[in-house]
Amino acid sequence: MEFFNNHKSLFIATAALFLILTFFVAIMPALNNQKDNAPLPNAVPLSAAAQKGKALYIANGCVACHTQQVRNIDMDKMFGSRPSVSADYADIKRQDIWRNTATLMGTERTGPDLINVGNRQPSQDWNLVHLYNPRTVVSESIMPAYPWLFILKEYPTMDDVVVAVPEEFLKDKSKKVVATEDALNLVAYLQSLKQTEMPTGTNFPEFLYKRNVKSAAVASSGGEGPSKVIAADGVALYATNCQACHQQNGKGLPGAFPSLAGSKVVLDENPEIFVDIIMNGYNARANEGFGPMPAVGTMANLTADEITAIMNHEKTSWGNDAKTVTVEEIQKLIDKVKK
Amino acid sequence: MISNTFQLAISSLWINGFIVVLSVIIIIVLLFAISVLLNMREIRGDTDKMGFKSDEERFKHYIDTLNSKQIEEFRKVRKKETSFAPTSKKDVVSGLTIAILCLISHFSYGQNEGVDSETVMSSGGVIITLILIAIPIIVGILLLAGRVKKYINNISDRNKHIEARKLADYIKSLPEDEIEETIERRQAAVNYQLSQKELSGDQPVADTKGLIAENPDTSLPFVAVKKKATKRPSVDPKLAKLVLWFAATATFWLIFGTSVGEYVGIKFVAPDIDQTSWLSFGRLRPVHTNSVFWGWASLGMLGLGYYSVPRVGNNVLFSYKLGWITLVLINATVLFGTIALMAGINNGGGEFREYIWPVMLPFAAALILTLYNFLKTIATRKTKEIYISNWYMVAALIFAIVITLVAYLPFWQTGLGETIVQGYYMHQGVGMWFMMFTLGIVYYYLPQQLNQPIYSYSLGILAYWTQILFYTLIGSHHFVFSSIPWWLQTVAIVGSVGMVIPVVAGTTNFVMTFKGAWHKITDSYTLPFFIVGIVFYFTGSMQGTAEAFRETNLYWHFTDFTVAHSHLTMYGIITFFIWAGMYVIIPRLTGKEPPQITVGAHFWMALIGLMFYSVPLMIGGTLRGLSWMEGKPFLDSVIMMAPHWLWRAIGGSLMWLSHLVFAYNLYKMWDSKPALDVKDLAIQKLDKDLNQQTEKAF
Repeated sequence: MEFFNNHKSLFIATAALFLILTFFVAIMPALNNQKDNAPLPNAVPLSAAAQKGKALYIANGCVACHTQQVRNIDMDKMFGSRPSVSADYADIKRQDIWRNTATLMGTERTGPDLINVGNRQPSQDWNLVHLYNPRTVVSESIMPAYPWLFILKEYPTMDDVVVAVPEEFLKDKSKKVVATEDALNLVAYLQSLKQTEMPTGTNFPEFLYKRNVKSAAVASSGGEGPSKVIAADGVALYATNCQACHQQNGKGLPGAFPSLAGSKVVLDENPEIFVDIIMNGYNARANEGFGPMPAVGTMANLTADEITAIMNHEKTSWGNDAKTVTVEEIQKLIDKVKK
Repeated sequence: MISNTFQLAISSLWINGFIVVLSVIIIIVLLFAISVLLNMREIRGDTDKMGFKSDEERFKHYIDTLNSKQIEEFRKVRKKETSFAPTSKKDVVSGLTIAILCLISHFSYGQNEGVDSETVMSSGGVIITLILIAIPIIVGILLLAGRVKKYINNISDRNKHIEARKLADYIKSLPEDEIEETIERRQAAVNYQLSQKELSGDQPVADTKGLIAENPDTSLPFVAVKKKATKRPSVDPKLAKLVLWFAATATFWLIFGTSVGEYVGIKFVAPDIDQTSWLSFGRLRPVHTNSVFWGWASLGMLGLGYYSVPRVGNNVLFSYKLGWITLVLINATVLFGTIALMAGINNGGGEFREYIWPVMLPFAAALILTLYNFLKTIATRKTKEIYISNWYMVAALIFAIVITLVAYLPFWQTGLGETIVQGYYMHQGVGMWFMMFTLGIVYYYLPQQLNQPIYSYSLGILAYWTQILFYTLIGSHHFVFSSIPWWLQTVAIVGSVGMVIPVVAGTTNFVMTFKGAWHKITDSYTLPFFIVGIVFYFTGSMQGTAEAFRETNLYWHFTDFTVAHSHLTMYGIITFFIWAGMYVIIPRLTGKEPPQITVGAHFWMALIGLMFYSVPLMIGGTLRGLSWMEGKPFLDSVIMMAPHWLWRAIGGSLMWLSHLVFAYNLYKMWDSKPALDVKDLAIQKLDKDLNQQTEKAF
């Protein structure tokens, strides 16, 4: 055909087709999204420290392994209470003239999703020691260590944030590990990563591809009322919600996270304080050097059934031999301690 | 209950074992019986059943079939005159019917087998015992069979002696002349030989058409001898130099980029191998991907393009200078980009968009210069048509410029706008730059190597337009189930399915181009690279379609399956095709061949390495996705991946080694000093002498 033998017509046609398609699948949707989008009313803007922390998060390429999106499928529920929506990213702008916007949604989950990690793991102590070397608290972790965010000091001052690094991870045992401004900013950013509550009355997208009928039933009951449908797996739930601090062997980390083996609270016949701590957090042992415990049960939306499973696992493991509790009993206590 | 089924299983195992042993014995016995029976027939067909009417006729036959050694022996004997009759050891056989006897005895052995009863059977020990018992029994049977065979042979030997005696007597009884004549006739017949000159005649041999290539190495070949690059019209040295420099810098980035990749892969197995900020995983990963993308693949492709774009228009390149500027600009981008990434300066983390725009600017400029250069070259082409390889290459340049501008213009993309553009950019980068340009490479270099035209021009054109139509749509399939618009995700999935059309059209076209030339693969060192590229073009691209569905996104997205896929495609397709092209062209530019053994090593290490790399990651990735779907703790899936990551590091090491070998091959093709050749030297000396003579004459 003559048309194809003329380089001008051939390549202009080629370019035109590509440009038209580009407009419809990239430029137009992107502009549309930019125009018709606003942050959720409850959204909290990043603090100055968190802003700096985010810059570090970007500079060190954390997005290579950590996504920041909860997809609207059931399996992503472990990372957030609702699927992410466009408005969650509305407030993210270009970093500066040189560098592009960073939504940090990511395409690879070598490590866990972080969009709600501020709720899941709010402890500064844990985050700092984990950044210094992730293997201090999660021995199987393959995450890089970030020792350059810390300095070693023989005599830390009162203002210094000293990190409780276990001895075997220290080269020079006479010195203390002190978090730099960078480390504190990065942790501030991680702590700020919380899914914003939807304004009351708005519908958010449903989770699709429910695992099975049973979990669907639990989801619809929203954790209200005892559910006998599932026998929750205490070991797995402990691993997901508690193990990062209290460790697989229940012994915690000296100077940072208390041991559950032989713990008075865990072994107590009356489980009320135990439930209260899980649902509302705890900070009564700060004078012993232990960090505050977040309200894990409330943040992770654990059901009475799941909390019972975790409690019974803790009551009967690592040499603990206490009386187990029932779902009904725990449900009553949850309602009682609810704030 | 459980132990019951277990016992059942064990007993059925035992019965099976028993049947196996028994049938092995029966088979041995049967085989032996058959061999004896066959032997018997041979024995039967002895003296009286060889089809001769009389003894005399038979003896004459013996004499007529003497071989030369026998004749010699016979002559010796005749010389002694009065001596003994010759003892010819001709096959004269007879037999006996003892076989039946032993058959019976064998079967009785077979029955001894059943000594063990079914009462002691519920353990593996019994099976082992059974096998242990069966071994001596089988050996016994074999020994007995050997004995019987020996006995049969003895009998048949005795018969042969009798027959031989008769033959000797017969020979003695014959008149002297008659036997002499017979023997002589036979000797002449046995010794007859062709002169070896029946066809060639007595003329001296000369290879007037230069058909014969002599292989100086007469030892056993360790690698098969492949065809050398055919001599082509010589290439403009200016172009040759440009293409070589593209290839050399590309190879540098290949080695650099994959060394980083290898190191990053090792970090999955040994995360504390170093704790330096500049070498931490998050910073090095984009260094790896970007240097193999913009450094290796882009420079490699462009180098091949600079050769073929003018060539298919029977033309010369519009400007070499622009070519050199392109080379420098792209290398500058990768160099500064690498330093920036390691220092922690990046664009915000979108894959393949980690270089900031000031760093990417020289790359974009290089593409624009190349486009201008190519278009100018095509505009002054000597052919009427624009050959299809140029369609693909020029289109790829146009697309790459467009996507770079769309992605990098620094005044838009707030919030999810960034993600929508990111999906578009990263996939168009792969599909409309690398794949599109590489298809252009294949359309030129593959037919060139096969020395026959591309199978169908129309299929190529169909693939061209459908590639543009469908590929442009599919970027968002990297964000299925994310918060970008649902309709955009659906369009991307539909587009991914549509990709079947260009991929099948392209693959068909390439495979059919091989029609009638498949035999050329065995004696070419470039075609295997093309074959691998074509196979992965089909499988890798189709895998991409499979990964785009919502259902498969559940278990494959976010896992290492994607990593395996990107290596199957960027390495299996793009890199193998670039290697193929380089092995085609560089020997033609320099006149030097790479050593075949290292080309083979390069090919096989790269291919096997790729398989070791990608298969474990695909398996591990799938398992990981399934683990997430079951809601298991995240850490479980990390622990589960450990062996798969180890295999990836092993496969990666093989790939990396193959790149070192490739670099060596490139060196051998480019700058190696060839061994001195006496003939070449002689010609040079003659030339020198002649020059001196002419100088004297003046």
